[in-house]
Amino acid sequence: MAKPKVAFYWCASCGGCEETIVDLAEDVLKVVEAVDIVLWPVALDYKLEHVKAWQPGEVTVAFINGTVRLSEQLEWVRLLREKCPFVIAFGSCAHLGGIPGLANATSRAEIFANKYHRSPTIDNPQKAVPLISSSVDGHHLDLPEFFKDAKPLDQVIPVDYYLPGCPPPPENVAAAFTAILENKLPPKCSVIGVDKALCESCPRNETKPDDFTITRFKRVATSTPDPEKCFLAEGFLCMGPATRGGCGERCIKGNMPCRGCFGPTPDTLDAGLKMISAIASHGEADTEEAAKAFADSLVDPLGTLYRFSLPASMLRRRAMAGAEQ
Amino acid sequence: MIQLTIDGKKVSVEPGQTVLDAAREGNIPIPTLCSHESLIPYGACRLCIVEVRHRNKTRLLASCTLPAAEGMEVTTNSEKVIRTRRMLAELLLARCPESKAIRNIAAQLGVEKTRFGKPHLKDNSAIVGTDGCILCGMCVRVCNDILKIGALGFEGRGASRRVVTPFEKPSEVCLSCGACSFVCPTGAIEHHRIRLHKPEPIPAEFEYGMVNRKPINIPFPQAVPRVPVIDPDTCMNFRTGGCKICEDNCGVHAIDHAQQEKIEQVEVGAIIVATGFELFDSRKLGRYGYGKLDNVLHALEFERMSHASGPTGGKILTKNGQPPKAVAILHCIGSRDENTNEYCSRVCCMYSLKFAHLVKEKTNAEVYNLYIDMRAFGKGYEEFYKRILGEGVHFIRGKCAEVTSAARTPEEKGKLIVVAEDTLLGMTRRLPVDMVILSAGLIPGKDSDKLGRILGISCSQGGFFLEKHPKLAPVDAINDGIFFAGACQGPKDIPDAVAQGAAAAAGALSLIDKGKVVLEPITAEIDEKRCAGCQLCVANCPYGAIEYNKEKKISIVTEELCKGCGTCVAGCPSGAARQKNFEDVQILAEIEGILTAS
Repeated sequence: MAKPKVAFYWCASCGGCEETIVDLAEDVLKVVEAVDIVLWPVALDYKLEHVKAWQPGEVTVAFINGTVRLSEQLEWVRLLREKCPFVIAFGSCAHLGGIPGLANATSRAEIFANKYHRSPTIDNPQKAVPLISSSVDGHHLDLPEFFKDAKPLDQVIPVDYYLPGCPPPPENVAAAFTAILENKLPPKCSVIGVDKALCESCPRNETKPDDFTITRFKRVATSTPDPEKCFLAEGFLCMGPATRGGCGERCIKGNMPCRGCFGPTPDTLDAGLKMISAIASHGEADTEEAAKAFADSLVDPLGTLYRFSLPASMLRRRAMAGAEQ
Repeated sequence: MIQLTIDGKKVSVEPGQTVLDAAREGNIPIPTLCSHESLIPYGACRLCIVEVRHRNKTRLLASCTLPAAEGMEVTTNSEKVIRTRRMLAELLLARCPESKAIRNIAAQLGVEKTRFGKPHLKDNSAIVGTDGCILCGMCVRVCNDILKIGALGFEGRGASRRVVTPFEKPSEVCLSCGACSFVCPTGAIEHHRIRLHKPEPIPAEFEYGMVNRKPINIPFPQAVPRVPVIDPDTCMNFRTGGCKICEDNCGVHAIDHAQQEKIEQVEVGAIIVATGFELFDSRKLGRYGYGKLDNVLHALEFERMSHASGPTGGKILTKNGQPPKAVAILHCIGSRDENTNEYCSRVCCMYSLKFAHLVKEKTNAEVYNLYIDMRAFGKGYEEFYKRILGEGVHFIRGKCAEVTSAARTPEEKGKLIVVAEDTLLGMTRRLPVDMVILSAGLIPGKDSDKLGRILGISCSQGGFFLEKHPKLAPVDAINDGIFFAGACQGPKDIPDAVAQGAAAAAGALSLIDKGKVVLEPITAEIDEKRCAGCQLCVANCPYGAIEYNKEKKISIVTEELCKGCGTCVAGCPSGAARQKNFEDVQILAEIEGILTAS
């Protein structure tokens, strides 16, 4: 029997998810032994026509990472969905929108202005921005459309499984491969991780006191957390209580509070909102001013509470009038 | 027991007691100056001498230092004893001719005059009164042995002997307790020469400082249990480790200075909260002069003054001891006022009428009641109001603007002037009075917040405890098994407080009687499969219904305690806590339904 064929594709992504395949180290050989990688833009040269030429079902599984940001990416993922029986959203960006998803806090016009007008390394006196179709001196150029929103994968195509994490831990990737190869697949639409929040496996959870209150949030940039104690009880905003576990507590072991890359637990719609109500009930403020100071001490609440999940959350994006978009 | 004969009378005493003790046991009088039950006998004054038979001879011995012995024969009134005592009295009289105490005891012994001249004594005036000190040393002994202070001592020998403080300067170690003056048989101590620090009076809290109390006292006449308490801040024993004179004096040995405050844990099924109220602090409204002007009293001060067991024995008196000729009673102090408390304290109108009646009855003074509205709402209250109107009490509708002592006219001089707008006459009035009574409102106890947190009950606007339902459950707290009685739940008068107290007792009894409790149908639960044990819900639960199970590493809702408020559900960051019948999926489906329909 021929080896199953596998495709990797990336949308708006940093390349970290590709790196995690490499991080399989010698296990990558087992993968290569077991499957044929037929598409991997980061490593292999391949064109759209080749994929179009695949027979449906010929390639078993597509691992897609990154946020869907451009029309080109949409075309590719639709094509892969058409060709492959299994599509796996790989990493936080494909799962929830990820870091590129924070662009939903601003507008396309603002992003272009920042990138093409205000950036100090850009010399752009005509104030030009990329256009879908443009002609210069009789030469015609088509560019992919830059969408209004950054979208997680399941907002544009149906997704069979999710491998969360920024990037997904190599152990989880290896386990996913094994599951596919041994045909021991979990129910459709499952997220590969555990169903409980991170606190369950957090080595610091035992140090959490029965009751604690926070008057001001501390930041890892300005104070060093105690390497043993629960971050939240110490006043550092840790997303652990609202975040799916199974990541191997990589950040915790590095003395960093959980940043929430595994996304919300199975029964919650919006980890950010859940975290707000959880910490609000542990904030201490007797007066209106103290309450404001407490709220203000959480610098960049959107970027902290929705660092990886803004496009997939109930908020999705900042509401904007037509002209702003 | 030891048996001895005194003046032919057989007396038996415990071993270790003195002949003086035995004589007192047998009601045989022996004069003494330097004997005190708290002090070890010293035999200084020698007036207690008795004649004791020893074989064929008799001897004169001081009875206060003579241990009683079996078969001893003692005579206290023989000619020899009387003659010697008279000689002693003459000598004492020669030393202290001016002392009243000495003259009295000498007179008792039949001595009016002394044959001896006043000895040349070194001036003793620096410390104790020159005339009167008989060098019995009781002051020295009480200060050193009993109070363990040691501010006094003897100096010199023979004719130069005298009682002094170190360097004859007012003593720094003296705690101004006054025990030396108290025990001095001749009243010779001039205390201000001994002490450096002035004695501080201990104001009686229950009488609002209008009189003073002792470190050991019964806090108020109706105290339950009616036993004295020791105030450790002022009791000499807690300051020096000495004294304990009260222990010696207590006939049944009930006083124990080593007793400590104890916290006892009692497991109960129902709690009745009856922590009462506090009086609004009239100092907060400086314009009424409370704390600054004399004869401005708050309601409870006047209540004590008018009480038969109070500091004046029920007489209504101004600071100078005279009954007032005019009294103003200002209603709504700290009530019905947006700047202090918006609520009506309910009881002030009626107690103000009672005060008006008492003043009228006891002093026949002019009484002015300055009110906003008269609220005589209870049974028989309107009738009482009518009766007071008939007694000639003046009622002025208007809130007092200020109380001042700045007189504008000669008749206002030396008076308190109550300035108010009379809204019925439409004019400003200045009432010169001798006494102002501030009918202060009722406020919640200052630690009711803390108690609320301990019991898991909340406070309503104004800070009084919040009942479960204002009409249907006015006695119950939101938590099962907790009931309110009296003013802790809101200002109320005695009949209302008694009624609520009875209802609270019945509520508690019904729980005990039934032996079972009815649970809320809609409670929260924590999904074992989802809970990560982050414990954030534990402190969030206002009913203390959530516990962290260390073995299972999850939080668990105690269904019996859960009231289904949903706080844990809202605060659960991982969605493990759920409210029965109000689950997220249900609510979202409802929202979806509404949105689709429109």
